[in-house]
Amino acid sequence: MISVSNLRVSFVTRTRTVEAVRGVSFEVREDSTLAIVGESGSGKTVSAMSILRLLPENAVIHPDSRIAYKGENLLEASGARLRALRGRDISAVFQEPMTSLNPVLTVGEQVAEVLRLHGRMSVRQALERAAELLNEVGIPEPRARLRAYPHELSGGQQQRVMIAIAIANEPKLLIADEPTTALDVTVQRQVLELIAKLRQRHRMSVLFISHDLGLVGELADDVVVMRDGIVREAGPAERIFRAPQDAYTRALLACRPRLDARPRRLPVIDDFMRGTPLSDTPLLRPPAGKAVVETRHLRKEFRLRTGLFKTKQLVAVSDVSFDVAKGRTVGLVGESGSGKTTVAMLAMRLVDATGGQAKLEGTDLLGLTPAQMMAYRRRIQIVFQNPYASLNPRRSIGRTLVEPMRIHGLGGTEGERYERARKLLERVGLPAEAMQRYPHEFSGGQRQRIAIARALAVEPEVLICDEPVSALDVSVQATVLNLLLDLQESLGLAYLFISHDLAVVKYMSDEVLVMRSGEIVERGTPEAIFASPQHEYTRKLLAAVPRGFEGRARPAVQ
Amino acid sequence: MAAVLDVTPENAWTALARRLRQDRVGAVSLGIVAVYVVMILFAMAGLLARGWSVEVGVPYANPSFLGDRPNLEAALAKRMEHKGKVPDLRDIDPLAPKYEEWAKRTGELKSTERERSLTLPWGGDRWGRDVLDKAIKGSQVSIAVGVVAALCATLIGTLLGALSGFYGRWVSDVLEWLYNVFTSIPAILLVFTLAAVLRSGPLASLFASGIWTVVIILAFTGWTGMYRLVRAEYMKHRSREYVLAAQAIGASAASRMFVHILPNVSHVILVQLSLLVVAFIKVEVILSFLGLGVPIDMVSWGTMLAEAQNELIIGKWWQLAAATVFMAIFLTAFSMLTDSLRDALDPKLR
Repeated sequence: MISVSNLRVSFVTRTRTVEAVRGVSFEVREDSTLAIVGESGSGKTVSAMSILRLLPENAVIHPDSRIAYKGENLLEASGARLRALRGRDISAVFQEPMTSLNPVLTVGEQVAEVLRLHGRMSVRQALERAAELLNEVGIPEPRARLRAYPHELSGGQQQRVMIAIAIANEPKLLIADEPTTALDVTVQRQVLELIAKLRQRHRMSVLFISHDLGLVGELADDVVVMRDGIVREAGPAERIFRAPQDAYTRALLACRPRLDARPRRLPVIDDFMRGTPLSDTPLLRPPAGKAVVETRHLRKEFRLRTGLFKTKQLVAVSDVSFDVAKGRTVGLVGESGSGKTTVAMLAMRLVDATGGQAKLEGTDLLGLTPAQMMAYRRRIQIVFQNPYASLNPRRSIGRTLVEPMRIHGLGGTEGERYERARKLLERVGLPAEAMQRYPHEFSGGQRQRIAIARALAVEPEVLICDEPVSALDVSVQATVLNLLLDLQESLGLAYLFISHDLAVVKYMSDEVLVMRSGEIVERGTPEAIFASPQHEYTRKLLAAVPRGFEGRARPAVQ
Repeated sequence: MAAVLDVTPENAWTALARRLRQDRVGAVSLGIVAVYVVMILFAMAGLLARGWSVEVGVPYANPSFLGDRPNLEAALAKRMEHKGKVPDLRDIDPLAPKYEEWAKRTGELKSTERERSLTLPWGGDRWGRDVLDKAIKGSQVSIAVGVVAALCATLIGTLLGALSGFYGRWVSDVLEWLYNVFTSIPAILLVFTLAAVLRSGPLASLFASGIWTVVIILAFTGWTGMYRLVRAEYMKHRSREYVLAAQAIGASAASRMFVHILPNVSHVILVQLSLLVVAFIKVEVILSFLGLGVPIDMVSWGTMLAEAQNELIIGKWWQLAAATVFMAIFLTAFSMLTDSLRDALDPKLR
């Protein structure tokens, strides 16, 4: 239906020109789903958005490129023609539902707008139709929700509204750019199922963009694998998943941790590209020793001001206790809002607890004065979820790494500290040249390595990893997880590993805690929990893990 | 290749200077601002525009490049001077007996009639003073007032805004209250009050004359906008993960506020600073016009502009032109410089 051929897009900046897409061709067939898979920076989003020409100002499309839609070359279409197509024939859903809806307009107004733009409808008719659409995308009480503002909806519901806007005019093609990446696993599953259902009902085509091959396997009919602006492999989903030809495709398939195996080292992209043989050595659990961190009955309440004198109490964490021993990992799994990050903050006293104890080798951190706390700050460190936000953008890497040493008086002279920082970088697999650079010059995975190096700069005993790989591409996750395991093995670190991804938690942890609404609902060894989940919430989480092509519910398209 | 020396990051200031040099617009504006600064220093030292208040030309002397333009005002003044003899009032004047004594004393004094030139390089004002010299001397006052007052206001606003935004709770409540008090009073009224207190209150002897009163008035009334912006930025940044990460490694509150967050909000402060400089130079004009600004024996761009209004009616445009051109060049260069500074401080835009 739409065929993209020899697409070349470059970005022109003041100093240089970067070719982001270098001759990409693919075709979206009528009434089917095409998935473009690749890491960030592979050019997958640019390729898809070229169809609607929703590109940054400085993008230049090479004149030889062609995007044919019903015999028309969209790259030569006028602005007016494109506006007529956008939202009517071709529409899009973006990654962040929170920022793709206008916060000051009601949901009803936003759905009605796209209806009125492309069809002659009165406001009343448009709102009527908007309610129908909200009902179709599974929003409860659609009529009441018309008057709701985006912030009154959950992330999943916001994405459903975006989908309602996208399908409002019965488009022929829906472009979905990582529509579920920002969502929780259970919500991710619901949104995927919704897209698949709507596609069948409206007989439209879907262009699905994702970095996660496992996810794509569940709904794609055809797959295009991209890397560095070129297509590595393309074909029907069945062939891509059953008999991948390209080393890169094989690598993408293998690097996600599996629920049924636990190798010592996760395979990474480079292994496949270089042809390094994979090792089957399993990862063994260290024996349980004496606990370094003991927390008892941690509790945190937030007071929200609702009026001049009225406050509302919100219990973020109600009663959490756990032990972490040297060299072992405790996994904490739950969805956003379950209070797992608050637990991390409480355990290292970045937030003051309302009650309970957080002991580090017998000393209760919660009872210390800020001055006494300084000595303990060194021993317990944290790696945050978002490596794009956790490094100070205005500081060079060298200064970022040296600062903690300076604060705690480690390493003697300044020169020795820089030498130590260089060794730390080496240890996390970055070159010494990185010292003079700034965070924005690194990829997400590299930044997370820098964040880990910073945490290690003060030689801690305990490392809290708060969703350390959630913001990273699946392919980069493996390298960071391998690094964390290596460091644990050589330094004997105790980890509190927080994630919403069950497969990752199962791979990393020696003990798993499942958290929901501030409470721990289930705990045990990973094997026990995954083999026979007791709590209904754990079962729901397990069912939401992407199952890839094998786990596909419907039979493969022939 | 990777010697140990290579990995030590360069000093933040040298890096800034290097990046500023690479930016052509930034380098040119820095040059212009530097020329102004040198000019002001020379003026202060008396090397330049020393005789700005000397009446060197005829009233409203024409600019040299318009030498043959008719100058009715000068001609009129001349006619007034030499119009016939002084009428003899000896018979009716009760002071007549003193005439002789006066004549003697006048003879003792030596008076030199200055040769008044008909044209001056950029024309003259009503008294025949050199407009170019006035503009140069005026920069000294205007820029000192504008820049120093803006820097002071920025300092106050940034400090209070940082404290309020970073700590929140009661600190924020107290400072917000202060802010509300300041903004609830009409600005011009506040300026009058402060001027009155500083000029005739117990502090009067300290600030009796000079431009420092104006600087203090502007700094104390102008910090509110900066406070508001900086506070908002700090509220946004204090919960960012990089600040939490700094706390996790044991960085103190002061270090988080001024070492970690401040560089990340510097762009807001710089833009606001350049706007404040422009605004303050203009406010100084108003204050001078109302007699609350610079003293009568000094010249600023503001006083020049105030004079220019009347001159323009009789077609003498050069004083207005001189003040405007001096002001426009400086303000444009200064704004461009702060913009370049902002870019140079941002590692993403190298």
